Amino acid sequence: MAIRKVLGIETEYGIILRGADSNPITVSSLLINAYVSALARQASAGNNKVGWDFEDESPGRDARGFAREGAMAPEIETHLVNAVLTNGARYYVDHAHPEYSTPECSDALEAVLWDKAGERILARSIEAAGEVLPAGQEIVVYKNNSDRKGNSYGCHENYLLDRAVPFARLASQITPHFVSRQIYTGAGKVGSEAAGIGPDRVPFQLTQRAEFFEEEVGLETTLKRPLVNTRDEPHSDSQRYRRLHVIVGDANLAEISTFLKVGVTALVLSMIEDDELAGLDLTLAAPVQAHRIVSYDLSLATPLEMADGRRMTALEMQWELLDRAKKYAESRGLESVGVEVGRDLLDRWEAVLHALETDYLSLAGQLDWVAKYQMVSGYRERHHLGWGDHKLAALDLQYHDVRPGRSLYEKCGLERLFTEEAVVSAITNPPTTTRAYFRGRCLQKWAGSIAAANWDSLVFDLGTDPLRRVPMMEPLRGTAAHVDRLLQQCETPAQLLEALGST
Amino acid sequence: MAEREQKRKQSTTRSDEVVETVPPTTKQGDKLKAELDELLDEIDEVLEDNAEEFVRSYVQKGGQ
Repeated sequence: MAIRKVLGIETEYGIILRGADSNPITVSSLLINAYVSALARQASAGNNKVGWDFEDESPGRDARGFAREGAMAPEIETHLVNAVLTNGARYYVDHAHPEYSTPECSDALEAVLWDKAGERILARSIEAAGEVLPAGQEIVVYKNNSDRKGNSYGCHENYLLDRAVPFARLASQITPHFVSRQIYTGAGKVGSEAAGIGPDRVPFQLTQRAEFFEEEVGLETTLKRPLVNTRDEPHSDSQRYRRLHVIVGDANLAEISTFLKVGVTALVLSMIEDDELAGLDLTLAAPVQAHRIVSYDLSLATPLEMADGRRMTALEMQWELLDRAKKYAESRGLESVGVEVGRDLLDRWEAVLHALETDYLSLAGQLDWVAKYQMVSGYRERHHLGWGDHKLAALDLQYHDVRPGRSLYEKCGLERLFTEEAVVSAITNPPTTTRAYFRGRCLQKWAGSIAAANWDSLVFDLGTDPLRRVPMMEPLRGTAAHVDRLLQQCETPAQLLEALGST
Repeated sequence: MAEREQKRKQSTTRSDEVVETVPPTTKQGDKLKAELDELLDEIDEVLEDNAEEFVRSYVQKGGQ
């Protein structure tokens, strides 16, 4: 039986400083520091900064069973800002971007909520930075994946899988989904960044990221990006689990796009885990090329070459997966993705595929690429502009601006899955259903006694040697149901550690 | 494949039923157009001043 698809989303945000020359690493650090310092002032509890513990990180480990030469924990970056928040998230500088990783979530709906909370955290950070920046300077942050000049930055999804699933099967069966899901996961892009492709050929495409993928399977994330990333770093019991690190998607603002992106992918992964996709051969003849063809195809009707000689559109591939998923729901149940969430997911998935097939503009209130396409084409017609006009590129960028009042995504008025009150609560509170709950609540109660945190451990400093590490190797332990009473009973971290038997 | 065709036919039938109960498409189209016009008016108010400079100066290096 497929294991619960614990999941999370990491987003690298685009960042610029207006009014001065700047180094993006410094600006990103300043942004996050300003937020964390403002929180500390609010808490008036002195130093609330809790650092990240890199001891167990090994991003160079490969799921195919070998380690990259010279791969090591990223110690070089530890001097950069790296905070753990009370909602269980990690907020840090990665490469030259501010990055927000949601806490571990137990279903797609939770992932939408804590991902949206991340956007608010970035917006609040901009405000906090505004208070320390000289007059005339301002930081602006974009939740997108491209600067329109050939530079891309990622939005990665993470899914917990049973270690027993053979990686080769996983890679071959998930690839057709990654290629075809773009029809509802894309965040949309005006034009193309590929050499020699002008606005006449590609005026608008479905995704931000498709043009940056060159390989089918591999370990890289910054160059020669692969559709299936093999990073093997489970952040949990590596004997039992694998974490699939998905780098192929766009950063979404639309809640329905995010919900379908992570929800359907979790469901397809469950089917792969239970070997329910055997016999459904959607293997593409040339997946990397097909990935781009789908992104460029506003008609949604271009057939893709399959390995067995058939031709199918991305929509047809998604219908096939949906049919399998419905049968799977009947025969095996939807526990692995959450029963209620799973049912909603199947309904929305079907409705979206149907609308894509009949009248995709009817999805302008649900999906990012359609909302952006409608807005940009409407603007273009009103002002009689060519597709290559800078104004349309500006609209594209500003769709992703996270500042309230400036975000064109907000102006487009897309359907919400949560109230704003729920989002605000998720800025400071963790999900109750995973180990993020234990991490977040401990930080709320005893930040001053936590020396470091990591996905799979908390390190307490009680002022006496040695430091005490509480391992959290099981993503589904440490939930509210498990630890709420314990946390309420303990007034001090020493009592907690004694109760946990770690002293 | 046959089953998929069948399901798609079913969903087409379902949506045909829905279409009968909603206002004629022209009215719906008018409403959508009004909403889009409103959106485009608002965009003009918040759009970055110098589009060309804004787009040119947005450079992001060192991403994953």
